[in-house]
Amino acid sequence: MKSILSSRQLTLTVKRLAHQVLENHINMENTVLIGIQPRGIFLSDKIVSEIKKEIPRKKIQYGKLDITFYRDDIRKELHKANHTEIPFTIENKNVILVDDVLYTGRTIRAAMDALLDFGRPAKVELCVLIDRRLSRQFPIQPDFVGKSIDSIVSQKVKVEWEKAEVILY
Amino acid sequence: MQLSTRHLLGIKDLTPGDISIILNTASQFKEVLQRPIKKVPSLRDITIINLFFENSTRTRISFELAEKRLSADVINFTASASSVSKGETLLDTVNNILSMKVDMVVMRHSASGAPHFLAQHIPASIINAGDGINEHPTQALLDALSISEKIGKLKGTKVAIIGDIMHSRVAQSNIYLLKKMGAEVTVCGPPTLIPKYISKALKVEVSYDLKETLEWCDVANVLRIQLERQNQVLFSSLREYSLAYGISRRLLDDLKKDIVVMHPGPINRGVELDSDVADSKHSIILQQVENGVAVRMAVLFLLSGGRNPSDN
Repeated sequence: MKSILSSRQLTLTVKRLAHQVLENHINMENTVLIGIQPRGIFLSDKIVSEIKKEIPRKKIQYGKLDITFYRDDIRKELHKANHTEIPFTIENKNVILVDDVLYTGRTIRAAMDALLDFGRPAKVELCVLIDRRLSRQFPIQPDFVGKSIDSIVSQKVKVEWEKAEVILY
Repeated sequence: MQLSTRHLLGIKDLTPGDISIILNTASQFKEVLQRPIKKVPSLRDITIINLFFENSTRTRISFELAEKRLSADVINFTASASSVSKGETLLDTVNNILSMKVDMVVMRHSASGAPHFLAQHIPASIINAGDGINEHPTQALLDALSISEKIGKLKGTKVAIIGDIMHSRVAQSNIYLLKKMGAEVTVCGPPTLIPKYISKALKVEVSYDLKETLEWCDVANVLRIQLERQNQVLFSSLREYSLAYGISRRLLDDLKKDIVVMHPGPINRGVELDSDVADSKHSIILQQVENGVAVRMAVLFLLSGGRNPSDN
């Protein structure tokens, strides 16, 4: 078991991600953030609260997306469905999808399918805490990355939000 | 996450865990039904046949919509317009259909136990859409979803099931489900329409007094008088039944509290339920219908997933 990000590093990384998002979408006017259920929400919650600290007067449009019904492995295994909540239109908006770990890219593929059922965004970007590069099964790359790591298939990456630590085991 | 069964034959076979999974998944599907595109691709590799050997409006439309919202391929079968009228047996009919590669069967039949019989002989998943006077599991599930949305919980909720208990598969499925989820159940109706041993067999309270039952309950689920299943005189006239067990506006206004009124449909207006009650703020009848699609989507989704249907 190996620690990838310590508690202190995790806090700084989340802050950096929030600042990078803001740097590229100054004022957040035409930009919405959408966290992917269930584990992406921990990160998106934190990023949203960091952004709010920077621009307290602006209203941040923030939604949650569940992709259970769009997965490509439904016949193999069922996952618990979580709540989707997108209380605004994404038509012509810049959408930033947020998830904790990017691995095969299949979750993001499903998320993009799910997202398009809500409208036609101008642009979709991806923000992840951990990028397990070299493990991709789809041509999907993140735009905002907390940390890139090299790992093999038999290893697992776990983001422990309660303990504020990211571990590889 | 998996249901403990691969068919939905009745609530009797489900665990409380199964019921919770179905209700939770159904409330997620309710959100899907609010989207601009009310459709998900989950069942696009699945073919479903709706086998209806008995008339139906709500259940049939509801199942068909649920299937289409899940992107399944759907075939509808009506017994009266098929070779069943030439004398083909149930098993032959279904086997012929399945050889055309159908994965799931939704069936309504007037004989109690027909889907259970079929489940022993064919590989496809079977969903009971009502069998005789036995069970109507998806109705009980949508009733439970409607109750828990309105009241906030099932456990401890006092539910009265009123009317023709004897001939009602809705009553039986509802009793199984509510008892499994910790609700309190009283059945109420004329003695001729309540099975003699029901309190022992299904652990429910029995009352013959409508007023007293309404005072007790949080929710009144009013059943239809099923004249088509009654082959003897069980009460002297519909008018007499309506006077003793029909729910009128005045009866509800006289109660000390507001109760929720449900009905599985179709309503005999003026018999078990007066029009001004059916259309009042107490009634959640149309919410029940709305929840029906979401609940059926959940059942189909959960039974189709987790295992390759062609493996079975």
